[in-house]
Amino acid sequence: MSNKHVISLELNGDAVEFLCEPRQTLLEVLRDILHLTGTKEGCSNGNCGACTVLFNGRPVVSCLVLAMECEDAKIRTIEGVACDGALDEIQNAFLEGAALQCGICTPGFIVQAQALLDENPNPSEDEIRFYLAGNLCRCTGYDKIVRAVQAAAEQRRAATTAG
Amino acid sequence: MHSFEYSAPHSLSDAVSLLAQAEGNARPLAGGTDLIDQMQTGRFRPALVIDIKKLPELNVLEFDGDGLHLGAAVPCYRIYGEPRIVQEYSALADACHIIGGVQIQSRASVGGNLCNSGPAADSTPAMIALSAICVIAGPGETRQVPVEEFCTAPGENVLRRGEILAEILFPPRPANSGSHYRRFIPRNEMDIAVVGVGAFVELEDDGQTIKTARIGLGAVAPTPLLAEDLSASLSGKPATDSTFVSAGEAARQIITPITDMRGTAEYRKQITGVLVQRVLATATARARGEPSEYKPGK
Repeated sequence: MSNKHVISLELNGDAVEFLCEPRQTLLEVLRDILHLTGTKEGCSNGNCGACTVLFNGRPVVSCLVLAMECEDAKIRTIEGVACDGALDEIQNAFLEGAALQCGICTPGFIVQAQALLDENPNPSEDEIRFYLAGNLCRCTGYDKIVRAVQAAAEQRRAATTAG
Repeated sequence: MHSFEYSAPHSLSDAVSLLAQAEGNARPLAGGTDLIDQMQTGRFRPALVIDIKKLPELNVLEFDGDGLHLGAAVPCYRIYGEPRIVQEYSALADACHIIGGVQIQSRASVGGNLCNSGPAADSTPAMIALSAICVIAGPGETRQVPVEEFCTAPGENVLRRGEILAEILFPPRPANSGSHYRRFIPRNEMDIAVVGVGAFVELEDDGQTIKTARIGLGAVAPTPLLAEDLSASLSGKPATDSTFVSAGEAARQIITPITDMRGTAEYRKQITGVLVQRVLATATARARGEPSEYKPGK
């Protein structure tokens, strides 16, 4: 018995429709149906944050969201972070600061850092570590990641002041 | 995940009917942070998942003469994002700040935390301390159950077939009162409580004597506990460190913790005493309007 449903949502600014089963998570749909493989599958139980996406502007772990719940939602994934082909400040800061090794956790960290800086443009180190606590990295330790987020925040603030 | 049907009813009565008709083979879905994981691992295999998080009744966050009406599906971030909750129901805001990480707090609700009925649920001791009442909708009449009577065993609660926890009602905050929730975990964040303690303290007008107190304890018994006799015994006592230390010692005597990977029973007893003392001190400071040094995640 097939119980597929049509879901319509806004994905990285574009209207998207797909067919899915109730048992499929948003993560599965993003990767296996929509082929947006930037969002990574880590633990699949909500612990690691590798699959973080923005759901109506809030960061969520897409492994703990049913695709059926996303009707009419606005979803933003790592693919929607770069703007007109230019990397976002956070992406640049991760590259410049070598804040990654294997890279599996990186899309989740970048999306989560975006949510942080949208909410709090000038976070302290403690605030950064607390906000990113739901993202696990098993390669680098967290210092370079925290420094990259601080650098991105500084760059954004400088751009805002200049602009 | 196993195959199931999904339904997002538009009214609470439709949700109750669907749940009742499913004869135990349906689960309500709010934030999904417990349920979806439990379905992934096969612990629950409902034939029907009923998405209740868009029901207006389950999304209220309102203050009136009865106090705070909190819809059971309101996610944590909306709770600690409401300045009046931070101010008047601080223990609840404290708990919501440390349930999982920020991503979990975007979705997880205290209603779900309560219905999952884990012994270590962070929001439950906070709600016990705040004298919260569960408002339960069902095929019959709506009924009310005090939070401390809601959980009956690990993973079990008083909900009958077809019933849905709709709202949690918090009585108005009395003058000269404050509350706090704190837990002990081996890291700074993103972990399950080894012990969790919530406390509410109301002071006499002198600001020095305890008028009433309520202590909720988590992860030290099969269900979150109201330390009823201990709470009552604090009335009339001076709000001083020596009272708080004695309360901590008394709390050690009424708990029945287990030994597991998070700690031994003996360790939990030790931690319970320390936390009760510190949480009472912070709740008292807040009752006096003093700034609290507590920072979530520390």
